[in-house]
Amino acid sequence: MQARQTYGAIGIKAAVLLIGGLLLFAPFLFQDVRALEVAARICVFIVLVASYDLLIGYTGIVSFAHTMFFGFGAYGAAILLRLMGPGWDAVILGGLLGVVASLIVATAVGLLSLRVKAIFFAMITLATASVVLVLASQLSQFTGGEDGITYRVPDLFKPATKLLLDDNGKVVKWFGVSLNGKIAAYYFVFFTSLALFIAMLKVVAAPLGTVLKAIRENEARAEAIGYRVVAYRTFVFCLSAAVASLAGTVYAVWLKYTGPDTVLSFAIMIDILLMVVIGGMGTMWGAVIGTVLMVLAQYYLRDLMGAASEAVSSLPLLPDLLNPDRWLLWLGLIFILLVYFFPRGITGTLMQKGSRQ
Amino acid sequence: MQQISNTLERFGGVNLLPLLLAVLAFLLIGAPSSWATLTVAGLAMGMMLFLMASGLSLIFGLMDVLNFGHSAFVSFGAFVAASVLSALGGWLASDSITLNALALTFAILAAMSFGLIVGWLFETVIIRPVYHDHLRQILITMGALIVSEQIILAVWGGNPITVHRPHFLEGAWIIGDVSIEIYRVFAFLLGLAAFIGLYLVLNRTRIGLLVRAGVENREMVEALGFRIDRLFIGVFMVGSALAAIGGAMWAGYETLITPALGGEMMIVVFIVVIIGGLGSIEGTLLGALLVGLTANYVGFLAPKLALASNMILMIIILLWRPSGLRPAAK
Repeated sequence: MQARQTYGAIGIKAAVLLIGGLLLFAPFLFQDVRALEVAARICVFIVLVASYDLLIGYTGIVSFAHTMFFGFGAYGAAILLRLMGPGWDAVILGGLLGVVASLIVATAVGLLSLRVKAIFFAMITLATASVVLVLASQLSQFTGGEDGITYRVPDLFKPATKLLLDDNGKVVKWFGVSLNGKIAAYYFVFFTSLALFIAMLKVVAAPLGTVLKAIRENEARAEAIGYRVVAYRTFVFCLSAAVASLAGTVYAVWLKYTGPDTVLSFAIMIDILLMVVIGGMGTMWGAVIGTVLMVLAQYYLRDLMGAASEAVSSLPLLPDLLNPDRWLLWLGLIFILLVYFFPRGITGTLMQKGSRQ
Repeated sequence: MQQISNTLERFGGVNLLPLLLAVLAFLLIGAPSSWATLTVAGLAMGMMLFLMASGLSLIFGLMDVLNFGHSAFVSFGAFVAASVLSALGGWLASDSITLNALALTFAILAAMSFGLIVGWLFETVIIRPVYHDHLRQILITMGALIVSEQIILAVWGGNPITVHRPHFLEGAWIIGDVSIEIYRVFAFLLGLAAFIGLYLVLNRTRIGLLVRAGVENREMVEALGFRIDRLFIGVFMVGSALAAIGGAMWAGYETLITPALGGEMMIVVFIVVIIGGLGSIEGTLLGALLVGLTANYVGFLAPKLALASNMILMIIILLWRPSGLRPAAK
């Protein structure tokens, strides 16, 4: 018989549901442009971080190439949208191309290096990702180089598009929000992300998820029972690469811009890593919590730090350390402390609390 | 076939690879003078890479610890040396070689002692608690890398810093139509000295014997009553100091350094260590020379390929020998 869920686990799931609800109604609840940006970024990054958690949390593989796959999806859509003009065919074809590229690279890297030690794999993914990043900024005729690519997206997502017209031929307003293309774009992001996230939840709950955990806990034993560890690892690496690539496509459509800084840079990889560890490795819920906290911190902590920096401006060095640009310093410290004292992250730790008999 | 490979093995086997590469490049380049310049540049770069990578390789070999924060020591070394050199700007500008050399020595000593002290701190505070847990090791050292990069940004600012070279290392020797930068020769010699020093310590002293034994079989050495963990602190400190010296030399080589230096070098250093095989300094030297030479030759022959050349080299070598050219016996 299965043990009853702890209060902590119920709390976490409630929090995740609440976040889902807030994201669902985000355009109506938070009516400014920046908040909608934050909400869309949270949606995309939840998928990205959850797919990374499939690797690091469920299977125990550390990869530093996750942004590379994210970038494949984003650049696939971006390049085709620019070449073929704004249309759904470009988005779908670009997304597919991104997924195919991701699968090819993931299979190659996986077969080449997943049979050796975890540490080798980490180093090789890091090297591959850095080469792709350099290539993206060098091959500027395709990728736009450092400047990236700006393009138009399908007409449905234009701010001028009217989704619903009232009797006078004006765009309908619900709760003071006009139903224009921006809303359509947001819901495109939201529902695609939701679908991908639910798909990953299914994967983890399936027997496959159990096999992955077995590999993480004891590789030799899993192999001895008869599971082909290398095949499973390569498969999960490909799966998470494909999901990351799709998330990249969605993000490219939302931003209408793709460049190394938004989808490919090493800073994003570090963000993902921080989100997974802060949220808690090995639970899909952790990805949600970690992402929300980190993205909110990214957008709003800097304001707070700016204020703090002003307050201590008379002291030496402290203003420099509290400079809003140094927010990664503090996050890095929090990250190290978390890995020491709460290796399960926020969700992992909380979910064990408050057990019920 | 067997005979050929035996003969090759007798003449040094994989150690011949840099030579082979040089010969191949000579045939492709055609012009002896540019070839010589490129080779010197490649050797100098290789030796600096060796300084940076040898510590990483030994640390991994001895304690199974992969320090993703290793490149932080490289960038700290670079910035500390640059600060010392600019503080001693007066000495550098003077014509006296003694003052010049003193300033340079101080800069390298500063970088080295910084590496030793911070290496000790890093080992005891960051790495000690997570000795046998690879996943957390990678995460924690990655976190430490983020923090140290941010500290560099906070202390030295985000703008590129110019590094002043000592006067007597400026310029180049012209032999026939071959021009050889003096700084490169100096970097090569320093790296060579470090290699010889390391080699002698590892192969001729009791401590070196223990280190090599520890790399081979840690449990056995511990069972014989030696404190490997103390030895490991020493190796970690020396490795960090070497990385800092490598960073200092690199700063003088590039003459313009940014806080991104550590991150850029980290990738190359990893490639060197992977190619060479973890745990042996001979392997690291081989990997470093190969990477340095390839980078320079390819940069000349096919500039477009230059950035991917290291990666291609790594893939070829991994396909041929999955655990690197000369890994320590495990």
